[in-house]
Amino acid sequence: MKYLCLVYSNEQLLHSLPESPQDAECQAYAEQVAQSGRMLAAEALQGVATATTVRMRAGQVLFSDGPFAETKEQLAGFYLIEARDLNEALQLAAGIPAARVGCVEVRPVRQLAV
Amino acid sequence: MPILQSATALAAQIEQLYQQHSRQVLATLIRLLGDFDRAEDALQEAFSAALAQWPQTGVPASPVPWLVSTGRFKAIDKLRQQQRFVSDGETVLAQIETEDADDSFALQMDQQQWPDDYLRLVFTCCHPALSLEAQLALTLREVCGLTTEQIARAFLQTPSTIAQRIVRAKQKIKAAAIPYQVPPPQQLSPRLQAVHKVIYLLFNEGYSVPASQIKAADTLSQTDGMQQADLAQQAIDLARQLLVLQFDTESCGLLALLLLQHARQQARFTAQGELILLAEQQRQHWDQALITEGIRHVETALASGRIGPYAIQAAIAAVHSESTDSASTDWPQIYALYQLLFRLEPTPVVALNQLVAFSMCHGPAAALLQLPPLLADESLAQYHLLFAVAADFHRQLGQNTEAIDFYRRALTLAVNNADQQFLQQRLTELSS
Repeated sequence: MKYLCLVYSNEQLLHSLPESPQDAECQAYAEQVAQSGRMLAAEALQGVATATTVRMRAGQVLFSDGPFAETKEQLAGFYLIEARDLNEALQLAAGIPAARVGCVEVRPVRQLAV
Repeated sequence: MPILQSATALAAQIEQLYQQHSRQVLATLIRLLGDFDRAEDALQEAFSAALAQWPQTGVPASPVPWLVSTGRFKAIDKLRQQQRFVSDGETVLAQIETEDADDSFALQMDQQQWPDDYLRLVFTCCHPALSLEAQLALTLREVCGLTTEQIARAFLQTPSTIAQRIVRAKQKIKAAAIPYQVPPPQQLSPRLQAVHKVIYLLFNEGYSVPASQIKAADTLSQTDGMQQADLAQQAIDLARQLLVLQFDTESCGLLALLLLQHARQQARFTAQGELILLAEQQRQHWDQALITEGIRHVETALASGRIGPYAIQAAIAAVHSESTDSASTDWPQIYALYQLLFRLEPTPVVALNQLVAFSMCHGPAAALLQLPPLLADESLAQYHLLFAVAADFHRQLGQNTEAIDFYRRALTLAVNNADQQFLQQRLTELSS
């Protein structure tokens, strides 16, 4: 089973709380997951100020500044993992250092019906 | 008419098998078939086959393995028929057929897993990835075997709401791949806590209903052949099963707490369904058999060394059970137990209970001095019992003006009919 672990946190606080992880710790955890053979991809993201939203409407492409929704917590990074079941995925998500200051949404990947 | 009688006796025996073992058969079929719905169908098929075949063949020597094996074969037959129409039919069949349950040795080996299957079912239904509402409904449906209608009645919801809740929960189990397993030791403690919470909520849901109402609803519903589910009893049965399958101090404490609280059930309400406070309950109406069993489990839990919140609350209930009335209760011991509980669960509600126990030891004047921090606690601002306790301290000291003020505040916050009546009665007494 593939799961996408979406890391959300308040951008303003992500790097400034006592519990905030340093980049080195995030990197170390990502390497640990990669070594376990469960990682498909993982990245940290630039802040929402750098986001651009794209829409196609009536054949016209529309670009706009910012994320698709203004929320209290923003998408800060992700892990795409391969896990045996939800329990394994949840355990892996719990180890993501940013879970201490934000939260991680774990979503099973849907197989396209083709 | 001996033939008719034996047919009736057989039907009764099958009904009894269903009552006692259908959950075990279901739990094992879910593991063997890898799917809740498929297992439920197989369970019904197995019992239909028993009703059809046993009159001719007689009851098998081991009926439960027969039911598991028959259910599994019926499911495989059905999958074979549907194979062409179901996209993943082949893969599923291949997985199910790997173990050849035709072989009696394989079946015997498999039976060693059966007690774990029941636990697998409990842990899956109480998985924290499901909403608490879904956990409660799913547990009652799958683990306790209640019908959707019975669950709906117990939660005052429509059957379609409950049915939808259960369908969604099963969909999530499937889509997110919630595994059918007993958590490994390092994850067991938080997962057991989730199971305990579900059991305790089920119990409280049932406990808030006067026994007379359950009986009345029972009589009414006899006409449509359906009994009102006694949720408190279901919760106790579940706690018992859990403890038998896997010893745990808090499982033991939880069972003790449920038994000791349930022992008071007959004394908790007047014939009219009004609530009677602990101090005023007729203790000869407490169920001594339940108390004895409860105390035995408290002692086991306390002796095991690692005491948790349920065991402490059970110990408090046990102290109450051992005294003939409120005045002769060992309040210093109850106060000490609340102090212990507060160390594990430092919540304002526990602090309030602790203060009540303190007042029983040292009097209302001393207790009043400790009240201001609780009155200032915002999380208790809507908690009517805080103001009822404050009022009671003042009432005992003869400070009627203050008492009336606090009783009025409590009355504006109380939602339960029985609580409102009680507070109103106190107000009337003080005003005259």
